[in-house]
Amino acid sequence: MTDYATLASQSGQAASKASAVSLVAFKSVDKVFANQVTALSGLDLEIRAGEFLALLGPSGCGKSTVLRLLSGLTGPTRGDIVWSCDRPEFGFVFQEPTLMPWSDVFHNVWLPLRLAGTSKEKARPRIEEALAQVGLSGFAKAYPRQLSGGMKMRVSIARALVTRPAVLLMDEPFAALDEITRLKLNDDLAALQASLNATVVFVTHSVFESVYLANRIVVMAARPGRAVAEIVVEAPGPRREGFRLSPHYAEACRRASSALHLAMGEAPPGERLE
Amino acid sequence: MTREDFVGYAVPALTLGLGLCAWEGVVRYFAIPPYLLPAPSVIISTLITDWPTLSSSLWVTLSITLKALLAAVVGSVTLAVIFAQSRLVERAFYPFAVALQVTPIVAIAPLLLIYLTPSVAVLVCAFLVAFFPLLANTTLGLSSADHNLMDLFQMYRATRFQQFMLLRLPAALPYFLAGLRISGGLALIGAIVAEIAAGSAGQGSGLAYRIVESGFRLNIPRMFAALLLISVAGITIHVLLTAFSHWLLHDWHESERGREA
Repeated sequence: MTDYATLASQSGQAASKASAVSLVAFKSVDKVFANQVTALSGLDLEIRAGEFLALLGPSGCGKSTVLRLLSGLTGPTRGDIVWSCDRPEFGFVFQEPTLMPWSDVFHNVWLPLRLAGTSKEKARPRIEEALAQVGLSGFAKAYPRQLSGGMKMRVSIARALVTRPAVLLMDEPFAALDEITRLKLNDDLAALQASLNATVVFVTHSVFESVYLANRIVVMAARPGRAVAEIVVEAPGPRREGFRLSPHYAEACRRASSALHLAMGEAPPGERLE
Repeated sequence: MTREDFVGYAVPALTLGLGLCAWEGVVRYFAIPPYLLPAPSVIISTLITDWPTLSSSLWVTLSITLKALLAAVVGSVTLAVIFAQSRLVERAFYPFAVALQVTPIVAIAPLLLIYLTPSVAVLVCAFLVAFFPLLANTTLGLSSADHNLMDLFQMYRATRFQQFMLLRLPAALPYFLAGLRISGGLALIGAIVAEIAAGSAGQGSGLAYRIVESGFRLNIPRMFAALLLISVAGITIHVLLTAFSHWLLHDWHESERGREA
């Protein structure tokens, strides 16, 4: 087995992110919970090294279950999850900031390294680096309750980045934030991903968010959860505010939106008018 | 001190002062004899003249209360930690804890007095009353850690011990402190009730016994003086535990957040 770095460099040499090397593949994966609810049924999904993949779908389509399967918190009921390299280091960001309220920002970000046995002093440069990456230098001593919702989410992202993970799993991280904060965090995350060389799997309800951030969108349908469409997002340049105004963006939004409507068993909006 | 603070302290102090003045006035105006209702001034002077007796009784009651509270803290936290390791253990032991809690302490005291010396029996009674709120709260707190945080710890391959020390224990702290504030008051009540049931005489007798004894002798001012000391002790315990809780939680817990105007 190769390691993630080798895979990612091979992937980087590929012509585009969409033709990159496979990192992990779900092969007809079923997941049935203890209460007999089928979360996923026959899911085939490939995640490529270094890509930004968005999982877009309605509630109950098993998006979050995909992340839990990836992180190894739970196993598939049937089918296989095949990694092309040794299991990489993960970072995880939940919908809620999920910080420890009794610890200040520094101790919250230290947590993943602390659990791996890294002392406070050894971890300090990494923690400061992660806080700088999310724009929170100087907030190390603040307690979560002193921070706004957006800042708490930044702490949560810094905590996920502190181990320098190869794979970043994000479960609707900005869904609970107001629109202005959300757009700002989208911009910062796009810039961060470009500099990190990490693979990001990003679960969202939002068509616009998925198009703005992702190289590739997999649209999922509910009951039972499965993948129904794939959309490759072509961006002429880096993901910045201007991208939202480009025809590429509008076209990808249209395609993602109509795929989402089909996934929900409705006619796409454009065709409904006629 | 701001104007709001001043008013906040001055108004209750004023009503208390007016109430005492009215009490004093009524007793003097109608010339009520002290064996029916002593005036506040008589209660205070009794407190001063009987201080040697009353203070040693106060010390007895306080030391029983504090020992009982300490034993309840150690016992309940130990048991809650054991409960937290396994649902089965919790189920096995919980009926005993509940049975001890719901049985009125006055009913157990005579039985304990048969088995134990009076001073130990009083201590055990106070312990039993203080124990349960602490156990119930701490057990609840230890199982109240955020589920996403539990997942996060699992994802970063935290050991059981790490998860316990860094997550479940701090998450339980506010619950434990709420239990401690309830149990502080209850330990005093338990000690008083058990003393009355025990009725132990002599050197090592507490405030409750002083009340019973003074009642027999129709020394009503001394009954009031002892009662006053019990109230002050109760208030002091409450204030100290509240301050302790604030000191531990003020950095982070929602209950300590001041409302922004």
